Amino acid sequence: MIIKYFSWIREGVGKNEEDIGLPDGVSTVSNLLDHLCEKSAEHSRVLKERVFVRVAVNQTHVDHDHPVTDGDEVAIFPPVTGG
Amino acid sequence: MASVSVQEDDFDIGEEIQKLRNGRTDVGAVVTFTGTVRDVGGTLQSMTLEHYPGMTEAELERISLEAEQRWPLQGSRVIHRYGTLEPGDNIVLVVTLSKHRHAAFDAAMFLMDFLKSNAPFWKKEQTGETASWVDARETDETALKRWQD
Repeated sequence: MIIKYFSWIREGVGKNEEDIGLPDGVSTVSNLLDHLCEKSAEHSRVLKERVFVRVAVNQTHVDHDHPVTDGDEVAIFPPVTGG
Repeated sequence: MASVSVQEDDFDIGEEIQKLRNGRTDVGAVVTFTGTVRDVGGTLQSMTLEHYPGMTEAELERISLEAEQRWPLQGSRVIHRYGTLEPGDNIVLVVTLSKHRHAAFDAAMFLMDFLKSNAPFWKKEQTGETASWVDARETDETALKRWQD
């Protein structure tokens, strides 16, 4: 799956996107965030406070209990501030 | 009928109204909202808007379709800029056309309220040597709730 990062989460992780295989035991956004937090200290620092973490799956806003599957485009970002 | 653009370039409000009206004479109300880069303290040098190409357009189209289902609009237009902007620059334009003013006013406000909370844009402000991401406002979430009944 492709994971895209935006805003200060992108800066914190240190990359715009990464391509990872669906890890074992990951079936929801929440599982995926847990998995990413274990990847590196950088991931953990910006993703551990879940209240600031918004997620879109295949370009649609979803809650953290939404399912994820291999082949999804998952975007992770802070609350939006446009307009 | 709904038309959305995400662009680096500035927009011309008069031109957008004219294109939307397209010579028709059954329009009774044209409402526009323009959001601009605000520098209250006189210290802001620039503001850079990041967005999520693809989802941004999709989200603005979803919001516009929702507005058209709720109100009898004769047309709508949303333009949102990205990239680096200076104080006073235009950021966003919403135009709504309807036979009567209430639908045009309400739809324009609805579009802005939903855009503020759902369109994937993030603002970063440059003041002096410091660049900082703008925090999301709880009042934006509150503004959204009034449309949910």
